[in-house]
Amino acid sequence: MAITVHLDVVTPEKSVFSGLVEQLSVTGSEGELGILPGHTALLTSIKPGQVKIILQGGKEQIFYVSGGMLEVQPDIVTILADTIVRAENLDEAKAIEAKEQAEKLLSDKKADKDYTRAMRELAQAAAQIRVIKELRRHRK
Amino acid sequence: MSGKEIRGKIGTIKNTQKITKAMQLVAASKVKKAQDHMEASLPYADNIRRVIGHVAASHSEYHHPFLQTHSEIKKVGYIVVSSDRGLCGGLNANLFKSLLKGGIHDWQSHGVDVDLCLIGSKAELFFRHSGFNLTAHTEHLGDVPEIANLIGTVKVMLDAYKQGELDSLYISYNKYINTMTQRPTTLQLLPLTVPEKQESKRKYWDYIYEPDAKKLLDHLLRRYIEAQVYQAVIDNIACEQAARMVAMKSATDNAAELINDLELAYNKSRQAAITKEISEIIGGAEAV
Repeated sequence: MAITVHLDVVTPEKSVFSGLVEQLSVTGSEGELGILPGHTALLTSIKPGQVKIILQGGKEQIFYVSGGMLEVQPDIVTILADTIVRAENLDEAKAIEAKEQAEKLLSDKKADKDYTRAMRELAQAAAQIRVIKELRRHRK
Repeated sequence: MSGKEIRGKIGTIKNTQKITKAMQLVAASKVKKAQDHMEASLPYADNIRRVIGHVAASHSEYHHPFLQTHSEIKKVGYIVVSSDRGLCGGLNANLFKSLLKGGIHDWQSHGVDVDLCLIGSKAELFFRHSGFNLTAHTEHLGDVPEIANLIGTVKVMLDAYKQGELDSLYISYNKYINTMTQRPTTLQLLPLTVPEKQESKRKYWDYIYEPDAKKLLDHLLRRYIEAQVYQAVIDNIACEQAARMVAMKSATDNAAELINDLELAYNKSRQAAITKEISEIIGGAEAV
């Protein structure tokens, strides 16, 4: 089994990920970084973008961060992220579709009991679209 | 009071009781959520505190403005965290009282100016006409506040401190102890006291810094203070819900007591009316 390092991804609102990873790559303020287990101690700020981690066993997982700090110690890596969204949830087409659906539900008064659910979905979809737009703007 | 009037009164109280009971149940479920939220936000602040401790200790020659103590105190700032809605017992009133008594009045008697930054509409209502200098205000953060909504408010105070307008900064909020107890708490945010470095005995090591330590430390300190304010806000929300639950429970109990008394009075007056009628009938029959 490959060597792993413990990774914590935390935001002020919650802890997003905690577990063993084989590798992670982030966009630091000075450029792309790939961190492997046993990396020397490093502290850097993160630019908005992707955080790709390879889990123990080779499975990949992608997050989006809108900024933050990366702290590396040989046996533990911590990402102090400003805001973070799991990339699987970030499919823009789906987000827009969900938003439209939620809006339709809201305008349809018959579906009264689903109102709160629709409101929640609408807010989530709007948030995702916002993150995607922000990411695009930063890439340009 | 006639029987009909009493019936009407009982009906009104029962309606009120339904509302308070519902509010109690809603608050009870929200307390749980707020507690979970409180726990979820802890790792971030813990991690930042640890990193700051290390960076500050290994760069002791660099004094960040946030870490420097001002020799003379002319003006202090307070961030006051309150709830947006009432019906939560004496939660906000206790906080404001302890804040005025335990801090602000002391400063004023020593000729120190006080700037206030208010979070929540109850604080605004209380302090609006009190003659303090209000520098920032935000409200309606909801049950799950986003840190994005707090950054602006916090920045106003941090910038004022950085420019030397403020000589220290405090935050005042209700600390959640348990469902029955919420304690008004005031903490010093600035100047920041750096946590002691625990691993001093171990071999000296330092980070590689990208871009450089000072910039990163500045960034970290800001984030740390934002996280602390965020935690205070969440703490206060948990307090608000717990206090509301307790207040609504006692309101529901009071209503039940009132209903009991009124029902007794109603039964008595009904019985009196019946007795009166019977004696009238008997009296009438005797007369015939």
